[in-house]
Amino acid sequence: MKISVASIAAWSRESRAVRHGFESKILLSSVKNMAKKIGAKTKTPMMCQDPQVRAHNFNEVALGYREEEAVFEANRCIECKNMPCIAGCPVEIDIPSFVKAIAERRFEDATRILKSRNSLPAICGRVCPQEEQCELKCTLGARFEPVAIGRLERFVADWARAHMAEEIPTKRPSNGKKVAVVGSGPAGLTLAGDLVQLGYQVTIFEALHKAGGVLVYGIPEFRLPKNIVQQEIDYLIKMGVELKTSVVIGKSLTLTELMTELGFDAVFIGTGAGLPSFMKIPGINLIGVYSANEYLTRSNLMKAYRFPEYDTPVIRGRNVAVVGGGNTAMDSIRTALRLGAENAYLVYRRSRAEMPARKEEVEHAEEEGVQFHMLTNPVEILGNEKVRVRSMRVQKMELGDPDESGRRKPIPIPGSEFELNVDTVVMAVGQGANPVLTSTAPDLKTNKWGNIVADPETGATNIPGVFAGGDIVSGGATVILAMGAGRKAARAIDQYLRELNLNATPQPQEAEESTVPN
Amino acid sequence: MHVIVGRKQLAPDVVQTEVEAPLVARKRKAGQFVMIRISEEGERIPLTIADSDPVRGTITLIVQAVGKSTKQLNQLQPGDTLVDVVGPLGKPTHIEPNANVVCIGGGIGAAVVYPILKAYKDSSSHVTSIIGARTKDLLILEQEIRARSEQTIVTTDDGSYGMHGFVTDALKKLMNNGKPIDLVIAIGPVPMMRAVCRVTQEAKIKTIVSLNPIMVDGTGMCGGCRVMVGGKMQFVCVDGPEFEGHEVDFDELTARLKSYVEFEKEAQARYENICGVHCGLES
Ligand SMILES: Cc1cc2nc3c(=O)[nH]c(=O)nc-3n(C[C@H](O)[C@H](O)[C@H](O)COP(=O)(O)OP(=O)(O)OC[C@H]3O[C@@H](n4cnc5c(N)ncnc54)[C@H](O)[C@@H]3O)c2cc1C
Ligand code: SF4
Ligand code: FES
Repeated sequence: MKISVASIAAWSRESRAVRHGFESKILLSSVKNMAKKIGAKTKTPMMCQDPQVRAHNFNEVALGYREEEAVFEANRCIECKNMPCIAGCPVEIDIPSFVKAIAERRFEDATRILKSRNSLPAICGRVCPQEEQCELKCTLGARFEPVAIGRLERFVADWARAHMAEEIPTKRPSNGKKVAVVGSGPAGLTLAGDLVQLGYQVTIFEALHKAGGVLVYGIPEFRLPKNIVQQEIDYLIKMGVELKTSVVIGKSLTLTELMTELGFDAVFIGTGAGLPSFMKIPGINLIGVYSANEYLTRSNLMKAYRFPEYDTPVIRGRNVAVVGGGNTAMDSIRTALRLGAENAYLVYRRSRAEMPARKEEVEHAEEEGVQFHMLTNPVEILGNEKVRVRSMRVQKMELGDPDESGRRKPIPIPGSEFELNVDTVVMAVGQGANPVLTSTAPDLKTNKWGNIVADPETGATNIPGVFAGGDIVSGGATVILAMGAGRKAARAIDQYLRELNLNATPQPQEAEESTVPN
Repeated sequence: MHVIVGRKQLAPDVVQTEVEAPLVARKRKAGQFVMIRISEEGERIPLTIADSDPVRGTITLIVQAVGKSTKQLNQLQPGDTLVDVVGPLGKPTHIEPNANVVCIGGGIGAAVVYPILKAYKDSSSHVTSIIGARTKDLLILEQEIRARSEQTIVTTDDGSYGMHGFVTDALKKLMNNGKPIDLVIAIGPVPMMRAVCRVTQEAKIKTIVSLNPIMVDGTGMCGGCRVMVGGKMQFVCVDGPEFEGHEVDFDELTARLKSYVEFEKEAQARYENICGVHCGLES
């Protein structure tokens, strides 16, 4: 059978829409390892729920590769010499090796390679901005589409969840040292996993009633199923991590109490960027104006989309505008659709090219029928006699010279104002640092935005034994960077406590190498 | 899990519940609140901590059944549990020692003002209390408040007990006869707090109110509890709950409290329906 590049491309396109009756076995067995030879130019598409259907349910949108698709895609890797993808990955996963293992159907090996660097691959495969990281660097990307590394990562993680018995790694015997982790987002979870393996007694304190940070209260089910996050948390608990939810550090207990009365030898602060911003425009407090945090928390964490089965309500707007261009904005507007919006407008003051959201999310939003108002900015929200939103006045913008951030600054175009007929407005215009902990720890050094000042390599703060990482240090960033910060801090805490121990005990101790991966 | 260890009916729809929450009991100060969730499907609701016992590790909540969750809470009996109790949240009351203070509690507000007047009393202030209710049966904590105030005035709207009239009438009287008032603390339904503020504004008496907007997290993360105070946006759960009453935009607060009326009706109807069926089966 002769297969042309064109027919592969056509098949690929088709496979996006039809999952059933897919004759891939015959096709693929004959093209085994041919992806490379014939040089498929585009990524193997990943099956998704039909946009018309998924816009009305909360089930996961992207369905992931099947084995044949993953093997085919893995074969697109040309095993180039420089392997620039590795450097593009914030945790330096050995991408070529795991991709090769997939190509050779050694899925267990692929899992081990992946997990040796990334403890949450099922999550990262779904939410990392791969197009700015590994895939941006991929050699193939210079002429064609890069290898779909993110989709392969997700495939391996999901394959392992379905096929491999959970391995509880052997822990070091307890070393009698206690570490407190404040916040259970990706930074805190990664650090807890690393330290418990080294024999530390780790306790996570989480303010909310559920662990996971943004992964549970922010990112919706349709993008990251909550059972995946829960599985990771259960795994940590099986490893011996103690989890205390509904404890607010700074209120229920203070940082000082953790270090003194409760006897923790070190504390890691991974409290995230949980302070919503509101635009300073008239009408911002009308009923129907939400911060993205509130809108998403109601819907995700509190399951308002299942009201009245769950008690928490959320306004189900008919015409909804979300202001912003990041992942938070995409998650909000797509939630609005699923809550029944007839018109879902995304209002962003720059152009599509500047949108910080993951590319795939922007594409998915568009497919689902989100209407984009680019280069547009709200000036006022108008209310009716019941103090509820009735419309939003916006104005058109144009891009001027680059500002401090290097991005071109949006400038209002005079006389370009118009009204959007909306009943709900969600503000997804950035996050500040939540001050609940820092305001009760005056000795802890913060910068002018309230972020904790910490050494980027170790997470060490100005207080000995107190480390910090993730969004509370960097400002709103990404899951993988928060995980990276957790990992670095785990290594630093291990080193710090072993040095303390050496100084405290006169007898020479058996020097042990840290086994936290770099 | 937090076990309910005590329950007392204070008025037809008002129940005092004592619940285990050792961390909160240890830390809490007057003016602070907790967020609770009754069950896995439950919403997070803010409740003022009326009292605490650090030794037993319990806190006292006094709750008026107004919506689905509060009705459900007030049905719970000793031995039942709440899935979450988190706190203490919000800023403690700022106590000015040696002041001449008038503490006003309207309706269920008496439960909120009670820990505050206790704290004032302990700081050797002169405390005059005014508690008001629509009618005699709805008055709560009268004995407790009398025991901790130099003077206590009780008002009822219908004249069934104490002074016939509103708490503002009692306040005006005090302002006319008594010695100069340093501070008024007014807690209760929004219209009452606003009425008190009108009275004290003319006389330029500093007035503190405790606000009760709709909350979600209670930790400053969502902004759902925002109110305008002196033209500035404040998050009640972290910047409050107490604010200078003369600065508060009560109109906006009143409107925002009605954000979910339709949902509340639906939830209540559903709850009563289920409960009705359930209770019917049992009897
Ligand atoms: C809606 C949304 C979508 C996003 N989508 C993506 C995406 O697709 N890809 C991506 O890479 N990134 C995404 N991000 C960003 C990413 O989620 C964050 O960068 C990351 O979660 C930060 O992790 P963290 O561990 O620092 O903190 P968080 O995940 O914010 O977790 C912090 C935790 O600490 C708790 N906490 C706070 N204060 C206290 C206290 N005083 N005591 C106890 N606990 C406390 C909080 O309740 C929270 O659970 C998104 C963010 C949002 C909001
Ligand atoms: S850069 Fe691309 S082609 Fe090269 S090894 Fe990595 S995935 Fe393969
Ligand atoms: S309740 Fe969410 S910020 Fe106050």
